[in-house]
Amino acid sequence: MLGQGIIKGLAETARNFVGSYFKPERLVTVQYPEERLPPFEAARNFPFLVYDQNDTQQRLRCVACQICEKECPPQCIYIVKDTLKTPDYIGKPQFQPKTFDIDISVCMSCQICVEVCPFDAIKMDVAYELSTSDRFGQLLLHKEQLARSNQYYQKIHPAEAAEIDARLAAEKAKAQAKAEAQLKAKATALPGATATD
Amino acid sequence: MGPQHPSTHGVFRMDIVLDGERVVGLKPVFGYLHRNHEKIGEGTSYLGSMPYTDRLDYFCSLTNNWAYALAVEKLAGLEVPERAQYIRLITAELTRLQNHACLGGFLLQDMGASGTPLMYAFRQREQILDLFESLTGSRMMCNYMRFGGCRCDLPPGWAGQAARVADEFPRFLDEFEALLNENEILLSRTQGVGVLPRDLAVNAGVTGPMLRASGVNYDLRKADPYGIYDRFSFRIPLGEHGDVYDRYRVRVLEMRESVKLLQQALRDLPQGPVIDPKAKLRGFRPKPGEAYARIEAPKGELGFYLISDGSPNPWRYRVRAPSLINLTVLEDLCRGHHVADVVVILGSVDIVLGEVDR
Repeated sequence: MLGQGIIKGLAETARNFVGSYFKPERLVTVQYPEERLPPFEAARNFPFLVYDQNDTQQRLRCVACQICEKECPPQCIYIVKDTLKTPDYIGKPQFQPKTFDIDISVCMSCQICVEVCPFDAIKMDVAYELSTSDRFGQLLLHKEQLARSNQYYQKIHPAEAAEIDARLAAEKAKAQAKAEAQLKAKATALPGATATD
Repeated sequence: MGPQHPSTHGVFRMDIVLDGERVVGLKPVFGYLHRNHEKIGEGTSYLGSMPYTDRLDYFCSLTNNWAYALAVEKLAGLEVPERAQYIRLITAELTRLQNHACLGGFLLQDMGASGTPLMYAFRQREQILDLFESLTGSRMMCNYMRFGGCRCDLPPGWAGQAARVADEFPRFLDEFEALLNENEILLSRTQGVGVLPRDLAVNAGVTGPMLRASGVNYDLRKADPYGIYDRFSFRIPLGEHGDVYDRYRVRVLEMRESVKLLQQALRDLPQGPVIDPKAKLRGFRPKPGEAYARIEAPKGELGFYLISDGSPNPWRYRVRAPSLINLTVLEDLCRGHHVADVVVILGSVDIVLGEVDR
């Protein structure tokens, strides 16, 4: 009979429509501005720079090595090294970026800067609703706007941050132990050195 | 017709010569979305091209990643660990599911079924995109595969959720088919429309579901198995007439086979590393040479051809895009049909302009 297929299809639509009143799994829409889904742990949007929370000077982990600048596929990172070295979290003198700009209108959120960074200094944010009316001023982010505390990073990517914190703490302990050993060696070697002189 | 026509799936123009309502000639005009993909690939490092491949066929970024990773692995002689092979297959089949589901929806939208089939398909696609986001961090621009494996391991609970999505998928397909398969409007709009003869399909180099709808049994997963496809049992659905209806049916049946593949792969998923320890991220310089790798992407045979001269970026980077080559037969499909059928035929070719124009 002509029209049988259409009626069969309409029955399916009706089943879905009526079902949406009784079965919560059929209601898949989220009323966005009022309701928000929590972001996934792995979610990524734009990069930010990490500083450690117990650091009063808010020292960035970034040492201005410029690897991310070189590897960034759309070339949206711009770094100028500072001329002065300051001690980092294990007391080793390191450079800091004088300028660190990311043009997020060019950034394509590919996460390659995060992957190549050997210092765990740049990470991906999950913030959205970043629209602005000023295309040139507001979308070129400077060092100050990019800096976020480690606490913030722990909040948005807990598992990843815990792993990195453990690794950094271990490195710090190792460096301290090494420094102490060197100090001791110096103290014991010093009299001997004067004797040979 | 076009470039801003809603049915052209992007910015695509067709110069159509008409005799009354009948099409007598059709010339596709493309390039509106051209963005120098291949030249950029020669300018950036091997790793730097990976996120750009996401933007080729933006519905199926994971299969694009896979094809490119395969080509570079061939060039550099990298081994992919077992677990990474499984993850790649699982993500590729999920990509195929969501691509075909969407295509079904878009095709029906082009025919005037405004919304219902498309929304049913999108409801299902959303579950798969959620899986992608929790694994790779992004819904569409996944940038997940690396040379010699994958970027990160599966998050806890991911495999279970993927298995649930795969198990529920046939229910959606039953619903979709009950809604559409016998619909008289669908049948009269698609049967006998846009017939692609078997010899023309082969001569024009058409691949993917379009070729199989014309009855040619050619699927790279069987014909030239890459990855670990040779370990699983699945069938290749074939069409008979090569018309729009067959192309739609072949895709629906292919989704059922993909579900089977997913269930097998998720059952056997081994433990282990996900990346070759020899693979390095920075300073990657393969030896001089050339490589061509191809996979069965949801739209057809997707190939990457690379020539290395030993420097950090490829000397030549070429993409064999299935959408572009499948589009070359458009004039032969449309000749003699009404203008309204052009829309449906173009929908059944399954193009993504990101890949056509590159």
